[in-house]
Amino acid sequence: MKLSPDQTIFWEYGLFSLNLTIVTTWGIMLLLVISSILITRKLKTEIRISRWQCFLEMVVTGINQQIKEVGLKQPELYIGFIGTLFLFIAMANLLIIFPWYEPPTGSLSTTAALAISVLFAVPFFGIEEHGFLGYLRSYIQPTFIMLPFNIISEISRTLALTIRLFGNIMSGGLIVAVLLSIAPFLFPVVMTVLGLLTGMVQAYIFSILATVYIAAAMKESQRKTKKQITIQKEVNNG
Amino acid sequence: MEINWFTVIAQIINFFILVWLLKKFLYKPILKAIDERESKIAAQLKEAEVRKAEAKKEQQEFQQKNVRFDLEKKDRADKMVLETNEERQKLLDQARKDAEALAKHLEKSAEEKQLNQYKELNQKIKKEVFAVSRKTLEELASVGLEEQLTKVFIKRLNTLKEKELKQLKAAFKETSDAILVRSALVLPKKQQNELKKTIDTILEADTPLRFEETPALIGGIELSTNEYKLAWSISEYLRAFENEVSK
Repeated sequence: MKLSPDQTIFWEYGLFSLNLTIVTTWGIMLLLVISSILITRKLKTEIRISRWQCFLEMVVTGINQQIKEVGLKQPELYIGFIGTLFLFIAMANLLIIFPWYEPPTGSLSTTAALAISVLFAVPFFGIEEHGFLGYLRSYIQPTFIMLPFNIISEISRTLALTIRLFGNIMSGGLIVAVLLSIAPFLFPVVMTVLGLLTGMVQAYIFSILATVYIAAAMKESQRKTKKQITIQKEVNNG
Repeated sequence: MEINWFTVIAQIINFFILVWLLKKFLYKPILKAIDERESKIAAQLKEAEVRKAEAKKEQQEFQQKNVRFDLEKKDRADKMVLETNEERQKLLDQARKDAEALAKHLEKSAEEKQLNQYKELNQKIKKEVFAVSRKTLEELASVGLEEQLTKVFIKRLNTLKEKELKQLKAAFKETSDAILVRSALVLPKKQQNELKKTIDTILEADTPLRFEETPALIGGIELSTNEYKLAWSISEYLRAFENEVSK
């Protein structure tokens, strides 16, 4: 019994191995990109718009809204990363309604790749926001003693992201597979519906956590800015 | 259940490619479209706001104009009423004045007319009275009357005032002509004698008398000499009376 689509290998050459995870990912990428191109090809700026455009606008503005609610002031800067995380995971998990489909998010390699992306994205946005040293300073907050704990926190949350998504999706798929062998008719359908829900929830959780981590990296600078503003106000008031 | 590091790297690359592609084909165009749409709607809303403000302004202007117009209308109406009243008063005054003048005129003319009528009537009455009197007296003129008249005349001569008497005497002295005695009818001899006697007595001389018949002397006798005239007649009375009445 295969636990991961990584184990389904189509082609292998040395270190290179073209497995089901990568192929499915490409498929999802194609689906997302092509549908985006198709819909955004005829975008209208009138008051009346097409239903698909309306749907996409709802998705994009919804993501924007979520990012804003977490505390990031300019969601347009992060929507590329966070929105893609959500759309990719959501799409990967939604497609489980098709038979013989194995979600790439059920592979530990994919979830690890996404978690590592988050791991790097957090310092990337942090450094972009308030410089390299400014970002590094956040590791010794509130005191120098906290440095190892901060580093552990970074690694452990990446691990948590990886395992949470993988565990949920893999277990969902595994349960369906197990149920198929015991009760092939009704239960797998119910479990797939449950799996859809779980998949959407996981996509939401993964992306919202990524947003929270990025927002936490921004926080230091934002706090500083607030302090600066307060000081400036005091100076202005004399 | 192990991590295939090649797959991990491949997925990271895949993921970032997907990020780039979606940024290019999804987020940017959608966000751009949303922004454009929002700005368009905002512009339309702004325009609507501007138009609304304009409409409000115009409405206010219109209302102000209306109020002004009403005030002006009222002013004009008031003015007109005032002017009309003044004109009416003026006309009424004029009419009253005219009416008064006319009434006065009418009154005057009525008075004049009345007066004229009165005068005419008076005149007529007088004429009639005198005509009647004359006629009566003419018809009455007879010997008996002449006799009576002579008597009266003689009485009058006898009762002449001093001044008159002097005048008569003076007039008689200056002329040698006979004293002319005129009467409506020729006096009978008896009366002629009586008269002569009386005159002789008054003038203390023999006085020649010439008797003449003058019908115009209605019931009367006239004695005249050298511009002196002494007469007594009913006609004289009537004339005196007429003069008195005509005053």
